[in-house]
Amino acid sequence: MNETYRALAEFAQTWGLLYFVGIFLCVLAYALSPRRGKQFEEAARMPLRED
Amino acid sequence: MTQLHSSAGEGRGSGATEPGVDQSGKKMTFGEGGLAFVFAVLSLSCITVAAKTHDAAYAFHAYLSAFASLAAVFVILNRYVDRPAALPAREIDGKPNYNFGPVKFATIAAMFWGIAGFLVGVIIAFQLAFPWLNLDLPWTAFGRLRPLHTSAVIFAFGGNVLIGTSFYVVQRTSRARLAGYLAPWFVVLGYNFFIVIAGTGYLLGITQSKEYAEPEWYADLWLTVVWVTYLLVYLATLWRRQEPHIYVANWFYLAFIVTIAMLHLGNNASIPVSVFSPKSYIVWSGVQDAMVQWWYGHNAVGFFLTAGFLAIMYYFIPKRADRPVYSYRLSIIHFWALIFIYIWAGPHHLHYTALPDWAQTLGMTFSIILWMPSWGGMINGLMTLSGAWDKLRTDPVLRMMVVSVAFYGMSTFEGPLMSVKSVNSLSHYTDWTIGHVHSGALGWVAYISFGAIYCLVPWLWQKRELYSLRLVNWHFWISTIGIVFYISAMWVAGILQGLMWRAYTSLGFLEYSFIETVEAMHPFYIIRALGGVLFLVGGLIMAFNIFMTIRQPETAEADTGARNPSLVPAE
Repeated sequence: MNETYRALAEFAQTWGLLYFVGIFLCVLAYALSPRRGKQFEEAARMPLRED
Repeated sequence: MTQLHSSAGEGRGSGATEPGVDQSGKKMTFGEGGLAFVFAVLSLSCITVAAKTHDAAYAFHAYLSAFASLAAVFVILNRYVDRPAALPAREIDGKPNYNFGPVKFATIAAMFWGIAGFLVGVIIAFQLAFPWLNLDLPWTAFGRLRPLHTSAVIFAFGGNVLIGTSFYVVQRTSRARLAGYLAPWFVVLGYNFFIVIAGTGYLLGITQSKEYAEPEWYADLWLTVVWVTYLLVYLATLWRRQEPHIYVANWFYLAFIVTIAMLHLGNNASIPVSVFSPKSYIVWSGVQDAMVQWWYGHNAVGFFLTAGFLAIMYYFIPKRADRPVYSYRLSIIHFWALIFIYIWAGPHHLHYTALPDWAQTLGMTFSIILWMPSWGGMINGLMTLSGAWDKLRTDPVLRMMVVSVAFYGMSTFEGPLMSVKSVNSLSHYTDWTIGHVHSGALGWVAYISFGAIYCLVPWLWQKRELYSLRLVNWHFWISTIGIVFYISAMWVAGILQGLMWRAYTSLGFLEYSFIETVEAMHPFYIIRALGGVLFLVGGLIMAFNIFMTIRQPETAEADTGARNPSLVPAE
């Protein structure tokens, strides 16, 4: 039991942490990339659009 | 005004075939035939179960299901006979032919269940203050009415609001007709049938005793089928979207649908004693079961009561304020941070229990991290009003939604605070928790839902504006006073209760017996019940306003600015 816990905790504290930080960085890169500025400006107005 | 197209191609009333409906070469679709057949078989199976079971309440449910299945067969066939040969077009004159029928149904159902749920809440609040109101009958005991209240407000009222608004928003932001011909109706009606089975089951004593997951195995199976159909309809509608970008509200709705499916399956992994018995047993037990239950329970808060209603915030507040989302970038970060962090917060419901210490600490840590995305989202919602703050003075519907976002900020501040172990040692099992839940449920969930319904009804029924904005104003103030009564009474009661429980005499004995702490709650329970009465009165005012709006003859003309309501002065 203790062994299982140690192994799991070690995995969570290293790879788990890296995985989450990695995903968070990807999200930040996607959301903050200046290339998408215009696209997001349009998206922010999507509810206002009439058809 | 696209709403004018809304009911084109909608289901016709039953009865004789309308003249002028082109029926040549009509063929029954696979969906119509298949579904009618499945319901016919289901009806027969239910009658068999009803005949063979020894449990009267279960037999009642079986007969109810048999009757509902039979009704479904009749409705499907009748609809087929009445419809023209061609199924409703996806587009008319190059504009999407939206399917708003199921949205209308869900909106009215939400209003109905809301009133029912608030009423039962008021009754059980008075039962706590005056126990004789339990009437000494099993069906009216607090223990059975309490899940009826929670399920009616969360799943019946909240669920119908979420299904209705999601079907509306996904169509409008995708510029596409809702996928499926019978499927959207199956989702809406099937979900409400689940509510009826769940609610009547509680009253008759059928429960698996898991908080917010009380329905037994057969109701759970039915909900699974309905929910998977819901997901498929939603995905298929997104699939046919005309817009390249999937609007952020749809992301929140999707997270809600997918996660609830996962939670429902995980927490209801139970095996029935027999097909002829309503009783089932969960495959795991003890602390494992507790952990799964609160992984479910807290994520019901996170994904049902938060993610789903945030989707409403991201569509209806910009629309009503006529302003774009404050920061679309923030909304993306808000989304991913919220869903990745919420899923870990459940263990904070099990502080100081048999759950391993590290798991408790993990739950607490993630709860505190949740401050960030929660407040990010709140700021994004509130700041969407920049440049339109004056509308708060004149538009009570917008005011309601903005106050709801403020309540969201308040209760998501309070929640992480209460998840800190040392705070929790005082607050847990006290009425502080009840107060916290209601500041979220009444302030955030109900207010954003009220706002969305107030917006939706004139759009769906093509009215220029609500019957009366003055009544919305009355609703707003009466319910707000009710919420303040409720949560402040529960704060005082909860902290008092917690302090009395942990008070020791100089000799090390407990200072108060348990019944003394119960007696001390009495005045606060009365104040809380009065707060509930005010909230219910607000709900009744709303129901009247909605009813009159639908009934009023005046319809919006094609080019009137239905988005610019005739405003009332601030009071």
